[in-house]
Amino acid sequence: MTARGEMVMEQPSADTLKVILSGEWKLGGELPGADKVQQKLEGRPGVRNLVFDTLELASWDSGLLTFLMNLGALCSRQQILLNRDGLPPGAKRLLELALAVPEKKDARTAEGRVSFLAYLGDQTVELFRSAGEMLEFIGDAVIAVLRLLRGKAQYRRSDLGLIMQAVSAQALPIVSLICFLVGLILAFIGAIQLQLFGAQLYVADLVGIAMVRLMAAIMTGIVMAGRTGGAFAAQLGTMQVNQEIDALKTLGISPMEFLVLPRMLALALMMPLLCLYANIMGILGGMVVGVGMLNIGFMEYYNETAKAIGLWNLGIGLFSGLVFGVIVALAGCMRGMQCGRSASAVGDAATSAVVTAIVGIILSTAVITVLCNLLGI
Amino acid sequence: MTEKEAHVTVDDLTMAYGDFVLMRDLTFTINRGDIFIIMGGSGCGKSTMMTILIGLKAPAKGKVLYGEVDFWGADQQTRDRIIRRAGVMYQSGALWSSMTLAENIALPLETYTDLSPGQIREVVKLKLALVGMAGFEEFYPSEISGGMQKRAGIARAMALDPEILFFDEPSAGLDPVSARRLDDLILELRDSLGTTMVIVTHELASIFAIGSNSVFLDVSKRTMTATGNPNQLLAETRDPNLRLFLTRGEKS
Repeated sequence: MTARGEMVMEQPSADTLKVILSGEWKLGGELPGADKVQQKLEGRPGVRNLVFDTLELASWDSGLLTFLMNLGALCSRQQILLNRDGLPPGAKRLLELALAVPEKKDARTAEGRVSFLAYLGDQTVELFRSAGEMLEFIGDAVIAVLRLLRGKAQYRRSDLGLIMQAVSAQALPIVSLICFLVGLILAFIGAIQLQLFGAQLYVADLVGIAMVRLMAAIMTGIVMAGRTGGAFAAQLGTMQVNQEIDALKTLGISPMEFLVLPRMLALALMMPLLCLYANIMGILGGMVVGVGMLNIGFMEYYNETAKAIGLWNLGIGLFSGLVFGVIVALAGCMRGMQCGRSASAVGDAATSAVVTAIVGIILSTAVITVLCNLLGI
Repeated sequence: MTEKEAHVTVDDLTMAYGDFVLMRDLTFTINRGDIFIIMGGSGCGKSTMMTILIGLKAPAKGKVLYGEVDFWGADQQTRDRIIRRAGVMYQSGALWSSMTLAENIALPLETYTDLSPGQIREVVKLKLALVGMAGFEEFYPSEISGGMQKRAGIARAMALDPEILFFDEPSAGLDPVSARRLDDLILELRDSLGTTMVIVTHELASIFAIGSNSVFLDVSKRTMTATGNPNQLLAETRDPNLRLFLTRGEKS
């Protein structure tokens, strides 16, 4: 049997309503609401006092108190005096405690319904503001790099070393897997088409050029955006929450030089190397399909690949890798530095860092591709 | 302390977040060698006051003078130079979590002095010993308790022998004995080094035990309502809000 609270109402005199509570008034049980009393009161406009009789009340908890709070609000709206004397002493005291500090009406920030146009306007303003912040951050980063070139930047060499290790050696397994598979997939897709013309051998060209010129850099960039960009944002965000960045600032140490610069430098130095490694893995992936399925000889495949990949392709690929590295580092650090002071803000910063980095990578790929086209390389 | 000399002067200051004005018309003076308490109820802007004093947030209006220099009117380099003479202990310690305590304390020394690594090691050892944490050099901040983190935070704040030390809620989250020891430490440092101390707190025991001067920020009036020695304020004030605050709401 579930706990059940009963309520009966009597009217001993014309201006008094007596509420008789009995049974178990506990949360989760079946309890009558304050609206019942309201209905009763609507029929009797003369009532000025509300009294309680709780002699039959077996037990109570917050269920009773919330009912009484609702009733209290109802009574003050209708200017009825709520007499608490008939309540159990504990409930009476708790109710007095809850009502001791008046409710603050202006504490909640107004989050009313916003019209579509207002929303659109807010978002547009926000967009411009964040674009400004981004430019400011990039400007600060450039200044930090210039100071580095003049040998004036303050950062710890040991930090740089640790970050370099984290973004290169520790990323090798995932980069190997992804790029090997991408090479394999490219070879499969190419093979089906090229076999129609009996030109299987050109699978080597296709995989080689695609990987070296573009795919290795993009795939590595995206892996690093998820792996390292997110980590940077979370690290700096947590430091922001923990006031560690404030502590740096008040010591006159620029967080830009101390935190952002080594991260940017590490990725800028390591990304081209990672790309080179990714190239090899991708070509290996293509070779597995070429040699294993298409019956191209190993040396034949190798020679065809070597012939297809020009120095320009390699250069463009490595340059893209460098650019993506800087983008991933900047996106991660920027979102981390902009992070608010709560745990959820750190999560938002990490998410936003990955999204920003991936968008940046795709956009810069487009720019690089168009430029190469214009230059004819 | 024979002659009182103004160290920090706050003149007609307004603190605001966007349109929301937190406190206005703040004018008070922190003298050299003071233990100056910034007190007030929760959410009155005590910590914001500190962020303005240490150069992290610009005031909406008014001036902060360090000696004769207008802090917020000066350029970034002057501000950096002034704040380098200050040490800050943050509420949670804010030690750099990726470095050991020794590295935390050594960083400001490495950055601003020409000391050799050996000398730095000695200074680090001394500062840790001063806050009662000798032997904890190689610990990481996550490996020690909250009270120790605060003390290590003080050691870091003292690394460059600052002229003024800021404390954000030093005794929050500490047991009574540790809080008392921290108070003693602050008093001792002031007496022996002559450092000006600015403490943001609402811990009454500390306020009366160590405060030599104070300002009370009244959240309901959105301005300061009193300044002076806290013990004297308690004896003389007629302001019901301040009296309520200083007596923990108990009727005397």
